[in-house]
Amino acid sequence: MSLTVNDVKKIAHLARLNLSEADTALYTKQLSNILDFVEQMNQADTTGVDAIAHSLDFNQRQRPDDVSESNQRDAFQAIAPKVEAGLYLVPKVIEDEESVIA
Amino acid sequence: MHKTIAELSSDLASKKISSVELTQYFLKRIKQFDEKLNSFITVSEDSALQEAKQADALRAKGQASPLTGIPIAQKDIFCTQGIKTSCGSKMLDNFIAPYDATVIKKFKAAGTVLLGKTNMDEFAMGSSNENSYYGPVKNPWDLERVPGGSSGGSAAAVAAYLAPGATGTDTGGSIRQPAALCNITGLKPTYGRVSRYGMIAFASSLDQGGPFARTAEDVALLLNAMAGFDEHDSTSVDRAVPDYTATLNDSIAGLRIGLPKEFFGEGLDSDIAKAIEVAVKEYEKMGATIQEIHLPNTALSIPAYYVIAPAECSSNLARYDGVRYGHRCKDPINLDDLYKRTRSEGFGNEVKRRIMIGTYALSAGYYDAYYLKAQKIRGLISRDFHHAFQNVDVILGPTSPCTAFKLGEKADDPISMYLSDIYTIAVNLAGLPGLSIPAGFANGLPIGMQLIGNYFAEAKLLNVAHHYQKATDWHTRTPEGF
Amino acid sequence: MEWETVIGLEVHAQLLTKSKIFSGASTAFGAEPNTQACAIDLGFPGVLPVLNKEAVQMAIKLGLGIDAQIAKRSVFARKNYFYPDLPKGYQISQYELPVVLGGFLDITLDDGSIKRIRITRAHLEEDAGKSLHEDFHGQSGIDLNRAGTPLLEIVSEPEMRSAKEAVAYLKALHSLVRYLEICDGNMQEGSFRCDANVSVRRKGETKLGTRAELKNINSFRFVERAINYEVERQIALIEDGGKVKQETRLYDPNKNETRSMRSKEEANDYRYFPDPDLLPLVILDEEIEKVRQALPELPQQKQKRFMDSYGLNQYDATVLVSSRALAAYFETVVKESGNQPKLAANWVMGELSAALNKADMDITDNPVSAEQLGKLVQRIADNTISGKIAKTIFEAMWNKEGDVDHIIEKGGLKQVTDTGAIEALIDKIIAANPDQVADYRAGKEKLFGFFVGLAMKESGGKLNPQQLNETLKKKLK
Repeated sequence: MSLTVNDVKKIAHLARLNLSEADTALYTKQLSNILDFVEQMNQADTTGVDAIAHSLDFNQRQRPDDVSESNQRDAFQAIAPKVEAGLYLVPKVIEDEESVIA
Repeated sequence: MHKTIAELSSDLASKKISSVELTQYFLKRIKQFDEKLNSFITVSEDSALQEAKQADALRAKGQASPLTGIPIAQKDIFCTQGIKTSCGSKMLDNFIAPYDATVIKKFKAAGTVLLGKTNMDEFAMGSSNENSYYGPVKNPWDLERVPGGSSGGSAAAVAAYLAPGATGTDTGGSIRQPAALCNITGLKPTYGRVSRYGMIAFASSLDQGGPFARTAEDVALLLNAMAGFDEHDSTSVDRAVPDYTATLNDSIAGLRIGLPKEFFGEGLDSDIAKAIEVAVKEYEKMGATIQEIHLPNTALSIPAYYVIAPAECSSNLARYDGVRYGHRCKDPINLDDLYKRTRSEGFGNEVKRRIMIGTYALSAGYYDAYYLKAQKIRGLISRDFHHAFQNVDVILGPTSPCTAFKLGEKADDPISMYLSDIYTIAVNLAGLPGLSIPAGFANGLPIGMQLIGNYFAEAKLLNVAHHYQKATDWHTRTPEGF
Repeated sequence: MEWETVIGLEVHAQLLTKSKIFSGASTAFGAEPNTQACAIDLGFPGVLPVLNKEAVQMAIKLGLGIDAQIAKRSVFARKNYFYPDLPKGYQISQYELPVVLGGFLDITLDDGSIKRIRITRAHLEEDAGKSLHEDFHGQSGIDLNRAGTPLLEIVSEPEMRSAKEAVAYLKALHSLVRYLEICDGNMQEGSFRCDANVSVRRKGETKLGTRAELKNINSFRFVERAINYEVERQIALIEDGGKVKQETRLYDPNKNETRSMRSKEEANDYRYFPDPDLLPLVILDEEIEKVRQALPELPQQKQKRFMDSYGLNQYDATVLVSSRALAAYFETVVKESGNQPKLAANWVMGELSAALNKADMDITDNPVSAEQLGKLVQRIADNTISGKIAKTIFEAMWNKEGDVDHIIEKGGLKQVTDTGAIEALIDKIIAANPDQVADYRAGKEKLFGFFVGLAMKESGGKLNPQQLNETLKKKLK
């Protein structure tokens, strides 16, 4: 599967990675090779085969609705890069780039 | 000859040595040898001695158990509260974990002493330990060669006897392959046997933590401490943990061993093939029967893995964004810059490569062709093993197609590196337990033999390995100078 | 040119569990920032999710309440995107296999008819944190207390054809989730969030027009306004020769308009895939049955029962079942009144509601107990007091002056029903107003009210109206 430089740039953006011009060229080649390699999967006849996400044949366990965690803000924020007034600071979030959840 | 954990435990029990003395012994060896190997990222000298003192106190009260006071090393992928946990990455170079992984808690409860955190391929991605922010780990058998990866630090440390035991994690072979390249015993348990809570995630449906040691018996002792249900891990299986040491000596007469045709084909080093043949004869002497089996989809396991693992990792590593912990780029001008520069600075090339492959495989239009297809192949592979285990008790083969390669030899060719996982990957995809034990040497470099069992058959694997280690002495060898 | 409006609604209801959907941190509202965000909510390396049973129970309740199918097996999926209020860089949600499929809500239209709005699906997911836009030297502050709170996302089919229908649907859903006690429905606090997908098309057209998604509508009033504005905007745009863009628009309640959010060149690619840290959610028939047995009577059932058993009309029944507390209150009033449902309905929907609204109080904080109001109604029905006097008594009860009979006694408010007394009073009035009597007898029938007014004034309002009217008519002949 041949990827173009544009494909790689799009993927890099989706993954929030910066790639230099040189890296972009290198990754385009390497990723194309890897994708060629995984194309081998098409040799397999998987009709009627279930996709399995786990080897486990179990169901999700459910825990009781108990509050079991206490406030550990001090300990957790001691290792934070940038906090103020108990809040994590980030470059200004523009309202237009609102979070996706309603 | 270096003492095993079982022997050290006996010495501690008979007061021949104290835990403090034992800990000092290993700390001294680390100071003496690790400069050459680079197997440790953090050595926790002060806390180790504290823990050793506490272990001795416990023993004095008559409250000691088999692992009380035994020093071990932990792969730097397990969160250790108050201690740097880097996962081999610049992204977490400044990360002091705020909590203990369940595995760490369990070892604390078992009374072990933490010598330090071992070096590893960044975020567990690699088969040579050349992808670490902290520099490559050297194979104590030949300092110009790799120890294997991603748990290269733990394997090298145990092989060089800087620790009598250590932990690793295995997603595609990262315990078994380094064990083979370093002449030690390493076990990847059944998926769900060991808790993943606090074990920094690479590929969630494949990752499993497991023990390294110099013998199957020692591995059994460590597994006794590590294994067990954890309510904090939804993928943890609620199943009783047997005493893995209790059945080590059970007879293996009549054991049915399967040799997969696909594991002995092209690409396998002829010296390794020969060594395995000899090992098989050893088992026949012990009364086992051998038969050829087929795992027809073995070759597909690598492409399937290199879609599934990167896909899961691309999502698991999205949390590294410089906001709540870890590396953060300097003076980000906006959100986009914060994310992109933080992540580009924090991650190494192999990690970036896999994130990109994973992102691509999951992206719109490609999900069916890549991710879904790979999960179906996973189904095929599980089926293969299921059929095989209807006729055999244990599957045997080489762990790695080659012995330890030279540093830098495969660095420029990712695919060549990926192919070295050919015998181990299918086991992760199926979620089965796999064990690698020493089976000989080729040109002075260790050869490993892999034993694969059915689900939750760790006791059987260790039993089968133990018999081999009683009949042979490969596993007792130590690299020269160590 | 006739236009048709097409509306679909997506509601995110925050569930009333004590702890988060995937962690044991508290969901209590109003805590100091980041004091209810545990390691799992913060997405620390190595943490893993474990599902909250109560969230599943609540999803089953909702499914039963809308007559939907509860999936025997549903799967949690990761929705991947980067945003500072999303700690893991993905939201755990459900995609291809949601826990609830199908279902419907019946809404009552203005003309009294009933319309059935079908529901596509409902699924469980976790909420994100909050970004505070107050300036911290050019930075935003992130509070992750809310991250991990369970949400039920309920998606309707695009079957509403007007803003009013949309509001009716929302109110019905709002009432239902409160009845089921799975969500407190507080729109201002963000526990019941609504997005509207709005498009228009020429009447008769079967294809759907391009839709805009409206966000930030946190009251029923705003929903109506926002949709109406948007419909007009789209129609004007198309009639002008333009095309509606598929985009997200924010509603501005101050300006009463919708504004485009910066439209992204590429739509977000969420790369959904099943979450490998979670196993499939399996729900057994027995479990569903158990929840079904424990369900309270639902608004739609209750409404029907009120109409059948109490003879109430549709409108009254709808109002009285709008909250479980109000409905229960009403029924107690009926019982205490000796079975006077119509009178009880008038009082609950009239005097009581007015008083509650004025005082900005909820039915549950009501100083007038249902028993007391029931008593009052009974006293009206048995002619002890007149309806007019009852209003005074009600005010006294509201001000906590005592119970009904006590207030009647104290104020001597008993209605005068003694025929003799009434006749005497009327004789007095007739004697005092001969001109008006003559005019009335001559044909000015409107003067009847004049005499009634005088009689009421004279008696301090305590005359039984019916008897007064009868006697007055007789005497004025």
